[in-house]
Parts: sequence; C-alpha cells; structure tokens
Amino acid sequence: MAGYADGEHDKARRFRDAALPYLDDVFTLARYLMRNSSDAEDAAQECYLRALRHFDSYRGPAMKPWLLTILRNVCNAEFARRGRQEVSNDCSAEKGAEDTPLWQETQATPEASLLRQRDDDTIRRLVAALPQQFREVIVLREVNELSYQEIAQVAGVPVGTVMSRLARARSMLRSAWSVAEGAAS
Amino acid sequence: MNCAECEVLLHALLDGELDAGHARDVETHVAQCPGCTEKLRAFRAMRDAMARANLKEAAPASLRSRIEAALPSPAPRGTATLKSARPSRRMLFGGFAAGAVLSAAATASLFLTVVRNDQEQSIAGEVVSAHIRSLQAGHLMDVETSDQHTVKPWFDGKVDVAPPVVDLTAQGFTLLGGRLDYIGGEPVASVVYRRRKHVINLFVAQRLGREHAFVTAHTVQGYNVRHWSDQGLDFWAVSDLDGEELGEFVQKVSAAVHPGRPS
Repeated sequence: MAGYADGEHDKARRFRDAALPYLDDVFTLARYLMRNSSDAEDAAQECYLRALRHFDSYRGPAMKPWLLTILRNVCNAEFARRGRQEVSNDCSAEKGAEDTPLWQETQATPEASLLRQRDDDTIRRLVAALPQQFREVIVLREVNELSYQEIAQVAGVPVGTVMSRLARARSMLRSAWSVAEGAAS
Repeated sequence: MNCAECEVLLHALLDGELDAGHARDVETHVAQCPGCTEKLRAFRAMRDAMARANLKEAAPASLRSRIEAALPSPAPRGTATLKSARPSRRMLFGGFAAGAVLSAAATASLFLTVVRNDQEQSIAGEVVSAHIRSLQAGHLMDVETSDQHTVKPWFDGKVDVAPPVVDLTAQGFTLLGGRLDYIGGEPVASVVYRRRKHVINLFVAQRLGREHAFVTAHTVQGYNVRHWSDQGLDFWAVSDLDGEELGEFVQKVSAAVHPGRPS
C-alpha cells in the first residue's frame, strides 16, 4: 500500500481520536444555534468535514474551542445564506414540546423524575429563547464549559465583551426563570 | 467598586475566572451590599440548576455514522471499534485489543525498565487514546460504585495487579468506579475518578523494571497526563483537568498509596 494512503489513514485515525469525542459538544451548540435537530446535524457534519480539511494545520492547543469556532462559522455562513432568517431579538419561547427528550438518567422516583424533567425542559426552553449572542455565550460557558478566553476566541470578541454578555445573558435568564417558576407553582 | 461593576464581576467570580485581587474586591463589596449578596445567591443557584440539568445533548448515532463515513477509511486492519457509533462492550475490548496490537510494535513491552522519552511519549499517546475511548463509548465503568472496598476486589483475577483504590472524596475527587482496559494489548486496571465534570482515568499496571519515582508530565491532544511508579506499579493519570489540578490529584493518590513518601 502506498505510503501516502497510509498517511491519510493515520491522519484520519488521529483526527477521529482527537475530534470525535467532542461531537456531543459540537452538536449541542449546533442545536442551540440552528434551533432544530436536522439543521444542527448538517452543521455539525459540515464542521467536521472542514475541521478534517484543516487538521494538517491544526497546532492546538485545545481541540474543543477549535471545533466550536469552526461550527460557529458554519452556522453563521448558513444564516448569511438564508438572508438572516435568524431573528436575533426573538424572546418568545420556543415550542419545547416538539423537541425529543434529549437526556435520560435513572431517577429515584417517577415523581422526582417528572419534576426534574420539567425543570430541565424549562431551562432548555429559556436558554433557547435568548437572543443569539447571549445564547451562544451561555451555551459555550455552561454546556461546553469553555473558559472566558476560549469563549472570546470562539465568538471572536474580546474577553470583556464575553463577560458583559454573560452577565446580561444570566440576568435575562434569571428574570425569565422567576416568571416560569411563578407560572409553574 | 460599585454595584454595576460588581454585577459583571460576580459572574467571573462564580466561573472561577477572577484573580485573587479582584475576587477579594468582589467579596468585600458583596459582604457590604445586600443587593449583590442576593444576586450572587440567585446566580449561583441558577448556575447549579443549569449544571444539574445536563443540557448537553447526545449527537444522534446517525450523525456519528455519517461523519465516520465521510472520513478516509481506516487501515483495513485497523480499529473496528471506532467505526461503530456505539460499540458493544465485546467490540470495544476486542477492537481495542486488535488496534493496540498494531501499535504494539512500538511498545512491545509496555512498561519497560528504562523508558526512553519517545517511548514514554508513545505510551502516553496510547493512554490518552484509552482515556478518550472510555469517554466515547459510553463505557467508562465496568464496576460503578463510590465504595473503594467494592472496586478493589472487582479487579481480582482480571488483571495481574491489585491496584490501590483510594477514596479521595474529601479531597474533591469523587471515586466513580473501575474498568478493565487494554493498553498495548495488556490488560490494565483503570480506576475512574471525577472532579466537577472532568473525568480522570487512573491506569494501573505492573511495572517490570526499576521504579522511577518522579512524576513525568505530558500533554497529548490537549489532555494532561501524569506518569509515575511506586511499589512495583506503574500509574498513568489522564484527564482534561488542567495540569495543576491533575498534579494535585497525583499528589493525593500517591500520598494515600504510600503515606511515607514525601510528596
């Protein structure tokens, strides 16, 4: 077999080992940016294809923010192509009922499970309802667990902007949350 | 500091992003300001709820397969495990062993007496791959318990070492369980710990040669690796924790394993 082909295989293996463990991270961010599962799948797939193409020039340090940066570019390119369908001031809640249940975990009792499921759905719905620039910093921080520096890199803004967006995002969530809690009880 | 400044910095405090000086400033302000105290409490509660809510979504298996299919196919002899979205346990072990045998040429005997730097690097790479696979396959633990007295006997007869299993909960490292894994085709014990959401795999195998008690540090694909040996055992700790915290883990483990040893 040609050395070139072996090199390609080796590269594919290294890429797999390095990048695939972050597929859930990439997919989750894609879900929150694209707002539906099939667009998110397309974006995540495109992200991995682009990442593979650029893997030769990848020099670290961290794979996760690198992939998420690519993903964000893919999503933004898609929004641009659609002529900004993404409404950045959409504060109305999404129809959470259409979402398939996305996590399972064993629960002590069915009641606890239901309660917790409800809370989780509420949180997910509130995050999904944030305007994009706030939604993305929240997801990058709380779900993808990036540092401020990494979020700044992914979102292409200074760390100070990350801090103020995060503060704003959390205070929006906090107000929305009290409303939701009030309605629930 | 006024409340507007404090409000922004509160979040950085919660996220562990403040240096000591600023953290002290925020804490001083919060201590004197009921409004900011309440905000800190509320934001902390919200952040905890979000962490509990497990907002991360699992990528559909079909997506994983599509991406796999788009990659150049691996060498025909290669690791079958990585091709399937959710390998069964048998496939994982079988595939891993097969894959490991391939690279075993480089690491014919895994834990050698004199570990040359490049060889150490290569083992570190294998250890990191094993760590990644343990996370990827949804198969982190074979025995899942935080009870050290359950984990340790579980390894009996499965590996040729009795890995020390220590409870470090009080030190901030939660024991999750244990797993049988293979590195370089050899069965090794992995004791699994967690700090916050970061998983730590502590691989333990028999050491064939002279010990080297000092800890060597590696970073492979962004993962931190610490390697040391003690009492005839080789220890490899791998995690995406930062180096300092992983170093702390190593210190706690080796202090617990061998109380007499200076840390």
